Amino acid sequence: MTERKVEMVVNGRAVSATVEPRKTLADFLREDCTLTGTHLGCEHGVCGACSVMLDGNAVRSCLMFAVQADGHEVVTVEGLAGPDNELNPVQAAFRSEHGLQCGFCTPGFVVSATAFLQENPDPTDQEIREALSGNLCRCTGYQGILRAVRSAAEAYAATAPE
Amino acid sequence: MKPSAFEYEVPESLDAALATLAQLGDEAKLLAGGQSLIPMLALRLTAFEHLVDIGPLAELKGIRREDGFLRIGAATVDRVVGRDPEVAASVPLLTKVTPLIGHFQIRNRGTIGGSIAHADSAAEYPTVALALDAEMEVASSSGTRTIPADEFFESTWTTSLEGDEILTAIRFPVWSGRCGFGVEELARRHGDFALTGAVCGVEIGDSGEVRRCAIALLGMDSTPVRASPAESALLGRTPSAEDLTEVGHLAVQAADPPSDLHASSEYRRQVGGEMVRRALRQALEEAAR
Repeated sequence: MTERKVEMVVNGRAVSATVEPRKTLADFLREDCTLTGTHLGCEHGVCGACSVMLDGNAVRSCLMFAVQADGHEVVTVEGLAGPDNELNPVQAAFRSEHGLQCGFCTPGFVVSATAFLQENPDPTDQEIREALSGNLCRCTGYQGILRAVRSAAEAYAATAPE
Repeated sequence: MKPSAFEYEVPESLDAALATLAQLGDEAKLLAGGQSLIPMLALRLTAFEHLVDIGPLAELKGIRREDGFLRIGAATVDRVVGRDPEVAASVPLLTKVTPLIGHFQIRNRGTIGGSIAHADSAAEYPTVALALDAEMEVASSSGTRTIPADEFFESTWTTSLEGDEILTAIRFPVWSGRCGFGVEELARRHGDFALTGAVCGVEIGDSGEVRRCAIALLGMDSTPVRASPAESALLGRTPSAEDLTEVGHLAVQAADPPSDLHASSEYRRQVGGEMVRRALRQALEEAAR
C-alpha cells in the first residue's frame, strides 16, 4: 500500500514522517514520535485511554489515522506540563486527590479533563461525570478522579483572570 | 485491532471525490469523521481497498437557513451541530439529541452525514431525520438528487445511496407555531448506544389540541421506525396522561425489536412504549410553555 508523507505539530514541535495510511494517530505518536504516554486499551474507541487533543479538542487517537492529522496540531499527555515541567492543574490534582492507581488510563483522563475544563471552566458535578463517561478506569472506582477534576476546576478558577 | 491495509485518497473538492468514487466503485468507502467506520475496520468487521476521505471538504460543512428548511452540510461535526444557535432555534430536536451521541471526544470527530449514511438503527441523527421528514441531498458524478428520509433507510447499515453517490447535505424542515420536542433513551451506560429510545415533535393549537405530531423510535428494528399510527391517534386531541400511555403502546406495535445480550425483544417493546410516552410528555410540556 502506498505510504504517505504526514506533517503535523506534536506538543509544539513540527514532526514529519512517511506512514502507511492504516497507521492510527495513536500508533504514530507511540512508534514514530516515541511518545508512549498515549496508551492503547481497546483500540476501537471505547476505553478513552488514547485521548489526545487535536487542534485543542479531545479526540480518540485510535479512531483517527495519522494521515488524517496531516497539517493539524496534536497535544499528548507529554505536552501538558509547563515549561519547567510543573504539572498542569489537572495533573497536580490527580496526584493530590489520588485520581490514579495503576496509571494505565490516566493519560486519557488527564487529557480529556484538561480539554473539558479549558472549554467549561466552571462545570457542575453532573457535567464532570458526563465528560468523564468516555474514559474507563478499572482501579479507582472513579471517586478520586471526580474529586481531582473538581479540584482542578477550582484551581483553574482561582488563577483565571477576572 | 489494526485495520487491514488500504489506499488513502483525500480529494480536494467534491467533484474530485465524486470522480474518485465513480472510478473505484465498490472498492472504495467514504471516510468522514470515522467514528463508526474506524472501529469496524479495527475489528475487521469490514475492509476496503480504498478510503476516500471527505472529512476535510469545506463545501460539505456548514449550517444555513433556507426557506422552510435548515440545511446542514454532511461533514459538519456533531460538536458544531450541538452548539449552533441556528440549529437550536430552527431544529431544536437536533440540539436535544446531540449530547446523547457517544462521548464528547466522539462528537468532536463524528459528523451528522456520517451518522446518517452509516444508518445504525440505534443512532440519534437517523431517527431525527426520519421523524422530521428530512431530505437527503445526494450527489454523484452524473448529477444530484434528493432522497426523502422515509426512502433512505433500508436495513442495518444499509441505505438507498448508490455506490458512486455522496450524501452532501441534510435538509430538516423547520417547524413553526407552538412546538415542542422530546427525546428519551434507555442506555446501560451514558454514551452507549441506547437499547431503545424515542424522539418526537408536537405542535399544538390554542386549546392545546395536537395539530402536528412526529414520532420515531431507535433501536427497535433494523432501521429507525416511524410510528405513524401513533401520530395519527394524537392528531386533533388534547391528550391526557392515559392517552399518552396508550399512544406509547400503539407506537411500538409495528416494530420488530431485536433480542440480544442486553435486552430481549419484549423488553425493548415494553420500554420503547414508555420512552414514547415520556418523550411526548416532554414535547407537550415544552409546546405549552
